[in-house]
Amino acid sequence: MARQGLFGSSLVKKFWMALTGLFLISFLVVHAAINAQIFWNDGGVTFNKWAHFMGTNVLIRTAEIVLFLGLIAHIVDGLMLWSQNRTARPVKYAAEKGSANRTWYSASMGILGTLLLLFLIMHLWHFWVPSRITGLDEIAGMPGHHDLYIEMVRVFESPVPVVLYVLGCISLYWHLLHGFASAFQSLGINHKRYNPIIKMTGAAFSAVISLLFISMPLAIHFKLLS
Amino acid sequence: MKLTLKVWRQAGPKAQGKIVDYPVSDVSEDMSFLEMLDVLNDDLVRKGDEPIAFDHDCREGICGTCSLFINGEAHGPGRGITTCQLHMRKFKDGDTIYVEPWRAKGFPVIKDLVTNRSSFDRIQAAGGFVSVNTSGNLVDGNAVPIPKQDADKAMDAAACIGCGACVATCPNGSAMLFVAAKVSQFSLLPQGRPEAKRRALAMVEQMDKEGFGNCSNTGACEIECPKEISLEHIARLNREYLVATVTKE
Repeated sequence: MARQGLFGSSLVKKFWMALTGLFLISFLVVHAAINAQIFWNDGGVTFNKWAHFMGTNVLIRTAEIVLFLGLIAHIVDGLMLWSQNRTARPVKYAAEKGSANRTWYSASMGILGTLLLLFLIMHLWHFWVPSRITGLDEIAGMPGHHDLYIEMVRVFESPVPVVLYVLGCISLYWHLLHGFASAFQSLGINHKRYNPIIKMTGAAFSAVISLLFISMPLAIHFKLLS
Repeated sequence: MKLTLKVWRQAGPKAQGKIVDYPVSDVSEDMSFLEMLDVLNDDLVRKGDEPIAFDHDCREGICGTCSLFINGEAHGPGRGITTCQLHMRKFKDGDTIYVEPWRAKGFPVIKDLVTNRSSFDRIQAAGGFVSVNTSGNLVDGNAVPIPKQDADKAMDAAACIGCGACVATCPNGSAMLFVAAKVSQFSLLPQGRPEAKRRALAMVEQMDKEGFGNCSNTGACEIECPKEISLEHIARLNREYLVATVTKE
């Protein structure tokens, strides 16, 4: 094993950042796909079926623990990198023209991540806590089956959570726009032929995922679903 | 041209520094930025003031000695140039120009605009070399076949002059582009392979010890680098380091 080991060096911290980031991205795909089931416009029947599966399947529940560990690792690692980066420049520039050489969002991953974390706490409080801990209304005639769809309708009735969810998804968009492609670079994947593909996939993925998530509270709030 | 310079003045490493305003007149647009500073210093000396200390040497863009963070950019506006190659025609009459030293924990200020960049020397000494047996068994360099593409890329990396613009411009004060260039120039060539693992590990370890920040792939270094070293080399360092970390005995 190398002298600095699997946790010590700046590069290894970035490998973990990239790996946990890509893992969280894979979760977003599943999450968005299942939530999009509300668009069958069947009063949440299909969505609730999937929600029941996700809440009761042993493999999924195990994966849920790994997901939380991955999220915590991403946050802790990010905070360590952020605090080291702050100390690396003790005296700031009087004039700094960042716009000349970098995008604002690539240099704001910490702030965007913090906004996402705040959003996530609210989001877990709205849905994960009642569905896993405090309990939800059951679907009529189906004991043991939570009606998560009705909970969505209830939460998004008021405009305040809708606005906060839209803002959260916008932060997600910018975080992913840099994070997706950046993860590949951190893992050493950089090739003239594939770089444009990675960049385009990242941009498309960030836009599709964020718009999909934004469309849900909006569709429910404006009663576009039956 | 008449200009107002806002220059960082600091008497010594431990002294409190501040930005001081200097009006400069009779600036020709054909002067380099360093020549403009020479004119200002000439005036200061004539008035009996302390001239502004700044690093410079070859004044033809190949030594990496000149630095300066000019109007918020390393080596000022313009791409692929050092400060000695920056001409005053890039500025307009009446402009206000901020002139600051490189800002990084790894580059402490010695005086005014001069920083101590010996942290780069220590990183280089940690592994930025190939050990050659000079006991009379030397192999002719040209006897080892090297694909042209690899040779070109190694040469691109070797173009790094170690000026520190990458660190100065990085929002995290990271030295990754410098270290990546120094690792890449050897790792692409067969002569560099025997020590590749040890080199990547030792140079990154030294880089971390010197207090440089972590790369977050903003790409700012690549844009401000006077030798236009590519981020591709950072990815190569990431690969080299990952393999070395996992496989080193």
